[in-house]
Amino acid sequence: MRVLHSRRVWNAGKFVPRFLQYFILSLVVVIVFVPVVILVFGALKTRGEFMTRPYALPIPPRWENITGILTKTSYSFWPMLGNSLIVMLIVTLAVVLVCSLAAFVFARMEFRFKGWFFNLFTLGLMFPINVAILPVYFVLRQMHLIDSLWGVIVVQTAFQLSGNIMILRGFFASIPAELQDAAYIDGCTAFDFFWRILLPLARPALSAVAALTMIVSWNDLLVPLVVLNKDTLWTLPLGTMQFQGQYGTDLSLVSAFVALSALPTLVFYLFAERQIVSGLTAGAVKG
Amino acid sequence: MQQLPAIPDALKLKQGSGAPRRFQDNLTIALFLLPAIILFLLFVVYPIFSSIYYSLFNWKGFGPAVDFVGLENFKNILSDKIFLIALRNGLLIIVFSLVIQLPLSLMLAVLVGRDLPGRVFFRSVFFMPYVLSEVITAIMWLFLYNPDPDRGFINALIMVLPGVKAQAWLGNTDLVLMAVFVALTWKYFGFHMLLYMTGLQNIPTEIEEAGRMDGANAFQNFFYITLPLLSSTIRTSVYLSVLGSVQQFILVWIMTKGGPVNASETLATYMYRFGFVRFQLGYGSAVAIYMFLICLTFSLIYQRLTRQPDYLSGL
Repeated sequence: MRVLHSRRVWNAGKFVPRFLQYFILSLVVVIVFVPVVILVFGALKTRGEFMTRPYALPIPPRWENITGILTKTSYSFWPMLGNSLIVMLIVTLAVVLVCSLAAFVFARMEFRFKGWFFNLFTLGLMFPINVAILPVYFVLRQMHLIDSLWGVIVVQTAFQLSGNIMILRGFFASIPAELQDAAYIDGCTAFDFFWRILLPLARPALSAVAALTMIVSWNDLLVPLVVLNKDTLWTLPLGTMQFQGQYGTDLSLVSAFVALSALPTLVFYLFAERQIVSGLTAGAVKG
Repeated sequence: MQQLPAIPDALKLKQGSGAPRRFQDNLTIALFLLPAIILFLLFVVYPIFSSIYYSLFNWKGFGPAVDFVGLENFKNILSDKIFLIALRNGLLIIVFSLVIQLPLSLMLAVLVGRDLPGRVFFRSVFFMPYVLSEVITAIMWLFLYNPDPDRGFINALIMVLPGVKAQAWLGNTDLVLMAVFVALTWKYFGFHMLLYMTGLQNIPTEIEEAGRMDGANAFQNFFYITLPLLSSTIRTSVYLSVLGSVQQFILVWIMTKGGPVNASETLATYMYRFGFVRFQLGYGSAVAIYMFLICLTFSLIYQRLTRQPDYLSGL
């Protein structure tokens, strides 16, 4: 028998012809890419070329700015990349570990004041780091964590807890109870169940949380800006901002630096898009 | 406070009847929660209280706070014209976001739809700016807005039109907020679009199908079926957008430092200026408390409103 109506759902295709749909979307693609393309064009020109023909294609491409940034020690691109990497890795490890422990307790165990503790963590969602930065600075100063990467690490970790505990709690709660029953019948303790059964099953959720945390930590400027004065400790975003301040008049050089500092994020995005997207949507729905 | 969603009894851990078992469970609970609670109390909760304390002092940050001024800081803030400008700018950014940015994101999500060939490509591209750091976004847009058309692409672009002159986008008190908002939209529309795309995905196709068979045209289908079913997604996106607008900092700070003449000041740049540039830490703390109260009030109102029955809860 023939199917009488199309299975296709409402998607604007009925009254906006397909080509118009593609036209609008392509226009937005262009708008998204323009700032990036201009930046890359600028990065591949000499200072003189940038002055005379700012928007022309960089033909032939000049790699002097790029190689200069990568080789001159006075620009300290590599040390800053290293600092960012250290902070990001420790923060991500800490967030995944600490959040999955707490989320397990909230999802799978019963105790007095559970709701009270849980509400405490939801409070964190209403107190974002941009609002908290000044009070946090006082505390770091009392603890002598100013001008130390550890200061950045603990603050970034603490402010990632609330959201990620919510995400992981949702995933943990969705794992069937039968597994837990079976584990207990076989003599597992709560810790065994968590470590040997729940965590391996929750790997997609854990990698989503990890990918999201990596992006947030890597991109963060505010905490390093407030905590790190010594330029040997600067992270890449802080260094990028300072570089722009110092060499702001040489637009092609700054373009090269900014483009280089955007590169790791974009490469990471290419590989981890699925994890980032699933983490964000889970977070938005649960948070 | 957030209502703790109920977990079905069947999922709850069966407490062993024996005392050793119970002891072991309690130990697990305590040890598992401890790291999160310590970090959270030290670096999130304690700062709230310390800033309440310091907000009552006139304190420059050297030595202990001794010059107690009571609620003086809170009063002074409310009568500071610049604070009121920051507040107004925050509200304007919220309004612009709700009226321009979110509808635009929703429109794009609908255009991409569920089965357009190339859907994944568009999603990846539109979401890309969200992943780039705020520093990079700010510097890119700083370049684009350069008042010299030989350096700023936007001016070069508009001067193609006859009779249009180059503008100092970030140097003009009338234009600066709008210019910053455009950069914000560039960075954040992809995130909201992603939320809407996920929301659309969760709507069972049968419902829209049924609407069509009952004779609803595409517009009716969208406004009477799709939009109401998306309401919980829309609420989430509004919530995140408002909280994000209130605390906007890096993008504004790098592009304009809140200027010219405070025209693009936000609450966060205002606080940063007093706290970290002028080192009036007591005053800055009081600003932080105001911001915290704004976020808290809004969150509580939001949670009260979302307790209303919602269309998707039955699905």
